[in-house]
Amino acid sequence: MPGTEHRTFHGIGVSAGTAVGPLVVVTPPPVAPADEPSAADPAAAIAQVKGVLEDVAAGLEAKVQIASDHAKPILEAGALMARDPGLAMGIENQINGGLGPAKAVTAAVEEIAAMFLSLGGYMAERVTDLQDVRDRAIARLLGQPEPGVPTLTTPSILAARDLAPAETATLTTETCLGIVTSAGGPTSHTAILAAQLGIPAVVQAVGILDVPAGTIVAIDGGVGEVTIDPSDEEKELLAERKRRREAALAQGSGKGSTKDGFPVQLLANIGTADDARKAAGTSAEGVGLFRTEFLFLDAETMPTVEEQTKVYTEVFEAFGDRKVVVRTLDAGADKPLKFADLGEEENPALGRRGLRLGMIRTDVMDAQLEALAAAQKATGAEVWVMAPMVATEAEAIWFAERVRALGLPKVGVMIEVPAAAIRSKGILYHVDFASLGTNDLSQYTMAADRMQGELAALLDPFEPALLDVVALACAGGQAMGKPVGVCGEAGGDPAVALVLAGLGVSSLSMAPGKIPAVRTALALHTREQCQQMAAAARASTSPAAARAAVLKMADPILLDLV
Amino acid sequence: MPSRSVVIASSVGLHARPASLFVQAVTATGLPVTVAKEGGNPVDAKSILMVMALGAKHGETVTLTAEGDGAEAALDSLVELLSRDLDAE
Repeated sequence: MPGTEHRTFHGIGVSAGTAVGPLVVVTPPPVAPADEPSAADPAAAIAQVKGVLEDVAAGLEAKVQIASDHAKPILEAGALMARDPGLAMGIENQINGGLGPAKAVTAAVEEIAAMFLSLGGYMAERVTDLQDVRDRAIARLLGQPEPGVPTLTTPSILAARDLAPAETATLTTETCLGIVTSAGGPTSHTAILAAQLGIPAVVQAVGILDVPAGTIVAIDGGVGEVTIDPSDEEKELLAERKRRREAALAQGSGKGSTKDGFPVQLLANIGTADDARKAAGTSAEGVGLFRTEFLFLDAETMPTVEEQTKVYTEVFEAFGDRKVVVRTLDAGADKPLKFADLGEEENPALGRRGLRLGMIRTDVMDAQLEALAAAQKATGAEVWVMAPMVATEAEAIWFAERVRALGLPKVGVMIEVPAAAIRSKGILYHVDFASLGTNDLSQYTMAADRMQGELAALLDPFEPALLDVVALACAGGQAMGKPVGVCGEAGGDPAVALVLAGLGVSSLSMAPGKIPAVRTALALHTREQCQQMAAAARASTSPAAARAAVLKMADPILLDLV
Repeated sequence: MPSRSVVIASSVGLHARPASLFVQAVTATGLPVTVAKEGGNPVDAKSILMVMALGAKHGETVTLTAEGDGAEAALDSLVELLSRDLDAE
């Protein structure tokens, strides 16, 4: 069979670890055949489509039982849409107008989708749910398997173009050994989810979808290597890597610090109270990024101060006396909030998002700060509050005044905009700390959309220009004697972590599963070695050269960690 | 055919939860009910997709029609429903 022959190819490793198993391919959505004839018996075709839509609704309802709380409403809404009389009427009209069943479904959905898109905002986002119903109905009409992630019965490696949040809702570490995608980037949903669950993952593995289902593949989520039909020797090599990685990880324990005792706090990125409880059970020294907008993504109206206080209290309690850095709502762009929607924007990533939105919707900002202050008082926790997307000193002053007026102990800003990195000294004059959001800082430094997997090469954390911008931000922190941490995905890569430590960051925050490898990497090198690696990386002419220079200077055990 | 006009009271307009409650109430009447925005075409009020696609916002007027036994009473109850801020309930 073509595609099954032994070969090795490379993508981008986004979640370290190795796995060997049979490939399960996520079925791409079907397309109505271009040559589908008109229905010979329109009445029978209409009855057939109605039956299929009912089956789709029932199938989605069955999944509700096993889905996560986050995915349940998505599946329920899908079932409601499949049974919708308006959709059925649209399809009926199309069939009577001369289309075959699959084309009629496509056309009817297209018509409703166009209406939704013209309304924008919340309604435009429902188009994805509608298209999911369409794809499932067409697959059934054509007698093909339903698109999406099949139910995994044996431990397997999942291959897909990219995975959407709804598709990953039912994945568990028991049956999903690894994930390989042909698209997506290091900050895609797939990458973040895999790192959270500790599932080895490779993205941008172009060609993986040509490999037939059932083929045995071996993946290394650290170096981004995918081997089709591995030989026993290769499997043994991978197993050896796994043993060495585990042995290397076992060396580290306790607080993060360099070999010569220079501390670098190792913190967890969390989004929900559930994440907080899980992360609190790990060796994380606290939370470096509590993404509060994840609590509100599905809310139709603004959660009350009481509701918010309850969630924040749960998170603070989980971490006891460990520090929790809270980011105020980072809504807009890729994360619109229904109750704080300012309407469609030409260029949302450069639009009214983050603190810019908070300065317009002061009611939302004030309610959140009030709830954070109440939860802090109730628990006595070490709460640091920071604002996202700060670009100017004036914004930092505006935010700091509001936070301090409520008696919250520490106020800071995210540095994601190059302007804030360049002028970090001025900004840090007004606040107590800064945290570098490397994902957005990278996107804005390189003017490359992080949602576009095709641009992933420009968003490499080893990009010398990005490291220069980080160095500027750190220099401002040192001049003001205030801590500058990192809370982007970059800090979770052991090799990048060494460079960041060398540039002078005081803490690294990441998916909790990545902390042990970073801790071990730091413990193997002195602060001076980290500084030398940082200098070598900045002196390189490309991300690949920077990475190679760092790996060459590093302790050989680092290679077992990345 | 009996009809009524009503101003949408829900702060988020006639979508999301208010739309869902409205469609459920329409379905419970067992009657054919339509809803239209001023100057727009009437749509099947049992269809959440069509109702949401109207894009009726807070403060906008919609016209309801119903046919059959109990149409008047059904319309009265639907008007009462849309006159409340369903999202706040």
